[in-house]
Amino acid sequence: MKTKLRTGPFILIMAVAVLVAIYTLMPFILVVINVFKSYNGEFGIANDPIGLAGASFTQFGQNLKNVINNSNFSFWSAFGTSAIITVVSLVLLALFGGMAAWVICRNKTRWSQMIYMVFIASMIIPFQVVMLPLISTFRDVGKFVGLSMLQSIPGIVFAYLGFGGAMTVFILTGMVKTVPYALEEAASIDGCSYEGIYFRIVFPLLKPSIVTVTILNGMWIWNDYLLPSLMLGQNGKVKTLPVAVQAFVGSYVKQWDLILTAALLAMVPMIIIFLIGQKQIMSGMVEGAVK
Amino acid sequence: MESKNSAKKVVSLVLLLLGVGLIVGALVLDFTGSKFSMRGAMLIVGIVAVLAGLYFIPSSGRHKDIINVIFLFPLLFTFCVTVIIPLVLGIFYSMTDWTGIKYTQFVGFANYAAMFKEVPFLWSLLLTILFVVFNMILVNVVAFVLALLCTSRIRGIGFFRAAYFLPNLIGGIVLGYVWQFVFNNVLIKVIGNGISLLSNTPTAFMAIIVVYIWQYAGYIMLIYINGLVTIPGEVIEAANIDGAKPLATLFRIKIPMIASTITICTFLTLTSAFKQFDVNMALTNGTGSVQNFMGSYLTNGTQMLALNIYNTAISKNSYALGQAKAVLFFIILAVVSLIQVRISNKKEVEL
Repeated sequence: MKTKLRTGPFILIMAVAVLVAIYTLMPFILVVINVFKSYNGEFGIANDPIGLAGASFTQFGQNLKNVINNSNFSFWSAFGTSAIITVVSLVLLALFGGMAAWVICRNKTRWSQMIYMVFIASMIIPFQVVMLPLISTFRDVGKFVGLSMLQSIPGIVFAYLGFGGAMTVFILTGMVKTVPYALEEAASIDGCSYEGIYFRIVFPLLKPSIVTVTILNGMWIWNDYLLPSLMLGQNGKVKTLPVAVQAFVGSYVKQWDLILTAALLAMVPMIIIFLIGQKQIMSGMVEGAVK
Repeated sequence: MESKNSAKKVVSLVLLLLGVGLIVGALVLDFTGSKFSMRGAMLIVGIVAVLAGLYFIPSSGRHKDIINVIFLFPLLFTFCVTVIIPLVLGIFYSMTDWTGIKYTQFVGFANYAAMFKEVPFLWSLLLTILFVVFNMILVNVVAFVLALLCTSRIRGIGFFRAAYFLPNLIGGIVLGYVWQFVFNNVLIKVIGNGISLLSNTPTAFMAIIVVYIWQYAGYIMLIYINGLVTIPGEVIEAANIDGAKPLATLFRIKIPMIASTITICTFLTLTSAFKQFDVNMALTNGTGSVQNFMGSYLTNGTQMLALNIYNTAISKNSYALGQAKAVLFFIILAVVSLIQVRISNKKEVEL
């Protein structure tokens, strides 16, 4: 253990820590202060963006109403779209990712090794190099088979399965390796079917890593802007939250009371989830990086 | 057992026939240019029916292989359609006159030649390299200091850790606009000179760096904390008993012992800074004037590579050129990743 700090350095370190915390939280504090104010007026955002003099709950209610009912932002619809896309993608990624990881890990054939290597290698591919052909491929394939893949939620989920698959399989393969093979053999001797071994024995044991991939993929999918903006278009009917914020800012330049309220609405869901699952989220992010 | 098997056989046959029938039907409709709106649904139901039919085939010998295929199918299929096919097409399109919809001729490396003659692109490339170098150093130093803070014996460590990490939770677009507000409305009031940092190219570039560090350092800090807590307590205790000063402990023991963590964090910041897009778009959207760069007047003073690719294709509608730039972007990242793998492997051998 470290020796106890003397008072002098202790106060100094504490002061630095507090100052840095104020700095990192400052933008959030400014957002919270200013959503209670109107833009114009003596104590409005334009004249006094720091003080609390112009703040009132009625103004906050007014701002909220203006933003939520705004047809460019349509908060509830955007929130719902983002939530559905994120949840469905996460569930399917965990399920399919675990299945693929298990098959790759338990069958040491040339094929499975090749698939694994391709997955690993694909993790260096940046989105920018595939985004343009991706849109045209989705458009052409969709037109050809008669499914709308671009302006649709299933299309986006499909794309997230494709892009998130490699990392998910990579992390889950590491976890499958730790499941004792004897356990699977025992189940097999007891008459468990091959697929039953996965669903009854292996999948429940993958839980810690599934939490990790769900956090990593969830943060990415919820906050992702480029993929949904390209697939859905800036002014399409279906919008995710980041796309809606971008569209909203584009149509209300400098209306900071409304923009900041929209930003607050976009941030709140993530912050609530963080407050609930702080420990898991922070350790999940680290695990994903270290592997 | 017998009757169960024959029932399975029937189910399997029916599903396989139904599935193949639906797929063939849907494809026939596709190729004949039918406008029948259910043909997409037919295809999906057909594929699911075939997979289910395969699942119910009663032969025990092949059962394992069939399950393997069914289990791999969903991710492998989506992966091929969203990553592999577009990647191959993308590399091909970068050598044509592609318009985003169709191409008429093969032009070889003309797009690549054109892109290196485009001064704004060269500026973006240079700016991105500068951005990456600055951030690789600054983010790591800041994150490491924060990690030391969060592993020292001060009170409320849980709070500080969460507070420093918080910016990383929010998407770059939202953060970018919040910071735009801070720079354009709050700071000019506080400083009082009435000029926003974002209106001048060099200061706007620094502003992007500041926002990026603010967003990313908390995350890198967590990885450093993870590395620091794995240093055995006895080692540091031994150093203390031998009379090592705190600074000596830091440079002689802590830093060498987390060398592999430093490698991870360096490459994480490198690739992430290189791909920076959201904050760049929301904060300045790449604007900013440059009086004279290689004899040209530029208006994309703060535009980094990812945003340049996006604007070339989407705003200026030059898809083939944008795609060629994206391929170069990919090659740079691939080289960096290979170097990282090399260095990590070498380290492991040394240990």
